[in-house]
Amino acid sequence: MAKIELRRVAKSWGEVAAVEPTDLTIGDGEFVAILGPSGCGKSTTLFMLAGIYTPTGGDILFDGQRVNDVEARDRNVGIVFQSYALYPNMSVRDNILFPLRFKDVDKAAAAARADAAARLVQVHELMDRRPGQLSGGQQQRVALARALVKEPQLLLLDEPLSNLDASLRLTMRSEIRSLQRKLGVTTLLVTHDQIEATTMADRVICMSRGRIEQVGTAEDLYHRPNSVFVAGFIGSPPINLLACSVDAGTLRVGEAKLRATGGAGECVLGVRPESVALGTGPFRGRVGDLEPHGRETIYHLETALGPLRALEAGASARFRLGDEVSFAISATLLFDARTTRRIEGAGADMPA
Amino acid sequence: MHPSSARLRQGVDRVLFLGPATLLLFAFFVLPVVVDIAIAFTDMSRNLKVSGFTTEHFQRMFGGDSRLASVMLVTLFYVLGTLSIFNVTYGLLLALMTTALPDRMGAFFRAIWFLPRMSPSVVYALLWSWVVAPTDYGLLNQAVGLFGIPPLDPKSSTPMLVVILSNGFIGASFGMIIFTSAIRSIPQHLFHAARADGAGGLAIVRHITLPAIRWQLSFVTIYQALALLVSFEYIWLITNGGPFFDTTVYALYVYRRAFENGQYAYGAALSLGLVVAGTIVSLVLWRFFDMKALLQRPRIEVT
Repeated sequence: MAKIELRRVAKSWGEVAAVEPTDLTIGDGEFVAILGPSGCGKSTTLFMLAGIYTPTGGDILFDGQRVNDVEARDRNVGIVFQSYALYPNMSVRDNILFPLRFKDVDKAAAAARADAAARLVQVHELMDRRPGQLSGGQQQRVALARALVKEPQLLLLDEPLSNLDASLRLTMRSEIRSLQRKLGVTTLLVTHDQIEATTMADRVICMSRGRIEQVGTAEDLYHRPNSVFVAGFIGSPPINLLACSVDAGTLRVGEAKLRATGGAGECVLGVRPESVALGTGPFRGRVGDLEPHGRETIYHLETALGPLRALEAGASARFRLGDEVSFAISATLLFDARTTRRIEGAGADMPA
Repeated sequence: MHPSSARLRQGVDRVLFLGPATLLLFAFFVLPVVVDIAIAFTDMSRNLKVSGFTTEHFQRMFGGDSRLASVMLVTLFYVLGTLSIFNVTYGLLLALMTTALPDRMGAFFRAIWFLPRMSPSVVYALLWSWVVAPTDYGLLNQAVGLFGIPPLDPKSSTPMLVVILSNGFIGASFGMIIFTSAIRSIPQHLFHAARADGAGGLAIVRHITLPAIRWQLSFVTIYQALALLVSFEYIWLITNGGPFFDTTVYALYVYRRAFENGQYAYGAALSLGLVVAGTIVSLVLWRFFDMKALLQRPRIEVT
């Protein structure tokens, strides 16, 4: 177990910066997720922690020790890859034993540890199979056992669930989470799936274009996003983002005027779909389209503010295509259009 | 389309697709073997006349030819030596090293090793003759001359070494190219996983690279063994099989008997031995490397 620190860590490939100078601390035993779209630098960060890529700037510290020049094999880091990366020519047992080959562990002890690791992830009955004879979920478990058998000080998970089908993903999500709690191993998960990140990790790091946009709990990212990017990336269905301008307490958006608290100049108004309450309210709109999801319904409204997505819980849709509906909005977010940063305490939810 | 015309079309397609290759195969592989078998049972010699049929050539092969045993020993030494040192091992080393280098540098070194294969064989052989020339002008002797060592004559003192080196320098590039592309096709994440698991360079080669390219290793071994068995042009050009019969491999022996001594029928019988040996080697290696299993449709291993 270790405390991991990144100090101004950067990685560039020639002229292209994959990761801008980044500071980050992961506490001992903490489960942290890096969330971001593909190409945001999250996997590059993971590979730098693994020792597979060397940072082009800054320092990586494990428990206060600089490890920039420590080779991958000497870092005692366990990795689970998106493709699992099991050795195809070896049995499950040999796959799990592989990391112990290079450690000072005698044969009997190694076999016992491999067996324990296999039991932990419930693949002990598949020990003599080849990876090619396993299902995706089983391969995933073997990959976890292989990563855990050497008792790593840091466990790295690179999109570990994205090759699994939906129901298996759900199971593995909670299994990995409880396994991590049980072992207390410092863990970094890299994913583009917000549900995965927010449900599994203690803290979520939202990355975009090689930069950390925000670090926080799921609640922080959802209710207090730092930037337009985070607001747009977190939440499904996505937040409504409307270009607007604020002048002396009046916010103009589409053809509507709202009373603004804070903000000035060109702004972006963010309204979560579930913050659009249908039925009563000061605004009116027309149902342009609707998506029944069973447990909830998503309405696409045409309003004076512009097109709005509204989410309403309930088994059946209350409104139909073409209906005129009244609605209210609440918990709005206001961002500066130029810096894309959120303006603290600013919003607009009533007509001017 | 009418069913019978569709069937006709299928037949025509088959002939069109398989016809040319079958024809070539027949004209240049099957027919020569048949002609060879026929000649082997005649008394054809320098004047190309056939006056009768005989089995004396086969009697000579199995006991009558005192030279043959040593020729076979030379062949074995030549094929195994070149194959094990250069065509497989050194080719593999080149592939491993050049794929570990940055892309451009790796390609540069591979190109250098590929040069001999691109040059005409006579030019290549002439260059080797110059390298090992016993006079002061030979490249080797110019080099050792710098250290005050008197001129050497490798073609007389170590002729087999010259033969293996000259063939190996060309032969290595075949394996190198095949192994390079095989190594390139191994998923990168396997190397990453192995490094994170604590494996060093040698352990990665042993546990990741070699198992992943075992099919290519089998292929190169079989293919090159057969190629070496029947090749003799560089030997013929550089040492001419000499001194005496010291570097006369089986294929060259066939050539020398048939075309230098004019014993066409005996040469034909000898070359049948090559056909048989080639077939046996292929079958044994096929079995030994379990080629059939390797050729089967792969099950999904790593995506």
